[in-house]
Amino acid sequence: MSAVDHAADAHHHEGPEPGLLRWVFTTNHKDIGTLYLLFSLMMFFIGGTMALIIRAELFQPGMQLVDPYFFNEMTTLHGLVMIFGAIMPGFVGLANWQIPMMLGAPDMALPRLNNWSFWLLPFAFTLLLSTLFMPGGGPAGGWTMYPPLMLETGQAFPFIIFAVHLMGMSSILGAINIIATIFNMRAPGMTLMMMPLFIWTWLITAFLLIAAMPVLAGAVTMLLTDQYFGTHFFNAAGGGDPVMYQHIFWFFGHPEVYIMILPAFGIVSQIIPTFARKPLFGYASMVYATASIAFLSFIVWAHHMFTVGMPLAGELFFMYATMLIAVPTGVKVFNWVATMWEGSMTFETPMLFALAFVILFSIGGFSGLMLAIASVDFQYQDGYFVVAHFHYVLVTGAAFAIIAAAYYWLPKWTGNMYDEQLGKLHFWLSVASVNVLYFPQHFVGLAGMPRRIPDYAVQFTEWNMVSTVGGFVFGFSQLIFLWIIIKAIRGGVKADARSWEGAHGMEWEIPSPAPYHSFQTPPDISKVMARGDAHS
Amino acid sequence: MAATHGGYYLPHGSHWPITGSIALFILAVGTASYFQGAGWGPWAMLLGFAILIFMMFGWLGTVISESVAGAYNEQVDRSFRWGMSWFIFSEVMFFAAFFGALYYARVLSVPWLGGVDVETNKLLWDGLSLNWPTAGPGHADFEFEYMPAWPIPTINTILLLTSGVTITIAHHALKAADREKLVKWMWATVGLGATFLMFQAYEFYEAWHHMNLTMHTGVYGSTFFMLTGFHGFHVTIGTIMLIVITLRCMKGHFTPENHFGFEGVAWYWHFVDVVWLGLFIFVYVLI
Ligand code: HEM
Ligand SMILES: [Cu+2]
Repeated sequence: MSAVDHAADAHHHEGPEPGLLRWVFTTNHKDIGTLYLLFSLMMFFIGGTMALIIRAELFQPGMQLVDPYFFNEMTTLHGLVMIFGAIMPGFVGLANWQIPMMLGAPDMALPRLNNWSFWLLPFAFTLLLSTLFMPGGGPAGGWTMYPPLMLETGQAFPFIIFAVHLMGMSSILGAINIIATIFNMRAPGMTLMMMPLFIWTWLITAFLLIAAMPVLAGAVTMLLTDQYFGTHFFNAAGGGDPVMYQHIFWFFGHPEVYIMILPAFGIVSQIIPTFARKPLFGYASMVYATASIAFLSFIVWAHHMFTVGMPLAGELFFMYATMLIAVPTGVKVFNWVATMWEGSMTFETPMLFALAFVILFSIGGFSGLMLAIASVDFQYQDGYFVVAHFHYVLVTGAAFAIIAAAYYWLPKWTGNMYDEQLGKLHFWLSVASVNVLYFPQHFVGLAGMPRRIPDYAVQFTEWNMVSTVGGFVFGFSQLIFLWIIIKAIRGGVKADARSWEGAHGMEWEIPSPAPYHSFQTPPDISKVMARGDAHS
Repeated sequence: MAATHGGYYLPHGSHWPITGSIALFILAVGTASYFQGAGWGPWAMLLGFAILIFMMFGWLGTVISESVAGAYNEQVDRSFRWGMSWFIFSEVMFFAAFFGALYYARVLSVPWLGGVDVETNKLLWDGLSLNWPTAGPGHADFEFEYMPAWPIPTINTILLLTSGVTITIAHHALKAADREKLVKWMWATVGLGATFLMFQAYEFYEAWHHMNLTMHTGVYGSTFFMLTGFHGFHVTIGTIMLIVITLRCMKGHFTPENHFGFEGVAWYWHFVDVVWLGLFIFVYVLI
């Protein structure tokens, strides 16, 4: 139509459209980033409430507060909400805000598609959460949705499947956009090996998403047809195998856990150099380590299935392949520590969360290594030790990184510095309580406490009480975070363009708050590069 | 409304994505309710589907008019290329899940159940031996015929491979600005795709009604119908895309230099072609 005619006069209204519908129709990466981040925050609180219900029930042995089916619904939905609703959209929100700014691009490559990627999510989660109110209840067989148990779900069953389809679509479309942006929208002269590490990790994450999410879609589609169309994928009577579901699921599932940690690696690799006032140590090795992790993540999936039954050769292969991942992961941890070596460090809130990430994520990595040993996993499998492991990597790993990123870039987004005092309070409360919450789960796990069961043997009582107390303190501490964000949006000390003294990169070249359209004309990056800002 | 920033075309707001989300939501709710026995389910499905089609027309129509108006520079074109390539890759991975299931059933679960794994066999169906294709140990006396590679699948292979050639001829004609030849070969491609679909429909009919080969026919029937069914669905979409593109060729939307719409569809068509080759080998030939 008259697209081009409008191109000329569109410059008259460069700012956002007025009214609430702006948020529905927007194709602006900053708007969409904000939507993703707010959605993620909302899901953190919904999923967090479910977690507190779980912890409240587990405060004592015996059945106290909720009936067992509801407990199972809570563990299942907590997992699905946190993974697909909180962590992943959180990272995509950060990608939306930051990738164009860090590349010196005017926007994401495919802005309308970008809107769609986000706006699929509220519908997906409406479907998912509405199942709680359906006859027969919501999903209760765990976020992994194993058959045949999953097929026992009531009315909710097909709604859950379609919700997963929509989430998958959202992730795939978002990932396609991110790859297209990174490959095609870099400022002239910015080579791949000049890109900030956050961009690199997201590039590889997007690849993982596009490779893994369709496999999940396939797996749940097979569940659907097994239920309604008489197929026998997961039914031994028809020559299928329920274990086949687990293989397909974990072929998605293990890359999925790296989808949730690689962008976190990227964030920490941005923050530590800033506050150590030194360039990132071993940039190239970081890139190669990320790529190796991504590759390895496709050949380790059956470490989730050691006890399910596999030929011995399979057990051994998956054990050694899994342990191999520790090598590139170790490279990363080494590089972060080496970056700080002899740096002139300061400890603002983003740095505190990044440091906590390095230490606590490593604990999760070590417990992962223990789980990787097939023979001892027979003891740990489906127990609280696994729960402790993945909460160290996901909460003190992925979630801490998202929080760190929020503090780090809030000044750029809002134009105001957040309240540093409150930030520190939030950090110390969180880091203390999160360990009270999860560390004891190692003990009860090693002693044999199973996961996903509302009751337990009395000898586990003390540590469960400790854990629950930690859980409530951690949960309520997050309200401080919410308040800090609201406060920063409403006002505060004005932030400079370069909000942190040691910060380098394209996003710090533009004013704070970042204008609605940044880099309308491609920037001259030689200036940025000359200062050695290239990739820190 | 739109703005070009440094040459890169940026749309200013669009109501098509949310329309698409609403459509998918209604479609999902309708389908799920239908599966649970709600009488209104199919109506909701129909409504959702109609909105989805409306959205596709609207969204793609907007893109086409922007493209025809010359709003897209080379960089935008490259974004579309990256987008389409990775979309196709995601489709490849979707099929990979089903190929994986086929592989798992043939190489692992069926032999295990049939005695290669002595304990499983002893525990579940003692002494029963199984051979591919099978309806499964629980339906050992179930009679059915498997679908041989000859004649229909072989004919279909030839049809699709030929269509890969005809679309390439059409592409060369487009690059040589020979519209008449382009359109002729595009219709030939469409015709080949449609013929493929008719043969496949016939094959499904035969399987279902005369060979007792249905989705219920154990893991063989499951993998057979899911793989060929999803593929057929993709051929259907591909054929519709080919028709749209052919009509656009007739309207003169494409120039020898600038015709990503055409190429994107051609890529998709080749992808469908390659998946078929995999199917032909693993579902039909190596029976
Ligand atoms: C050094 C790296 C890692 C190793 C060696 C490792 C190893 C393992 C193993 C062997 C299991 C299975 C335990 C069982 O079920 O018995 C497991 C579970 C799990 N891991 Fe890791 N892991 C590592 C890093 C990560 C990371 C980075 C994440 C996510 C950010 C993660 C998330 C999970 C989750 C969510 C589960 C539990 C899944 C479930 O059963 O619900 N892991 N890990
Ligand atoms: Cu894993």
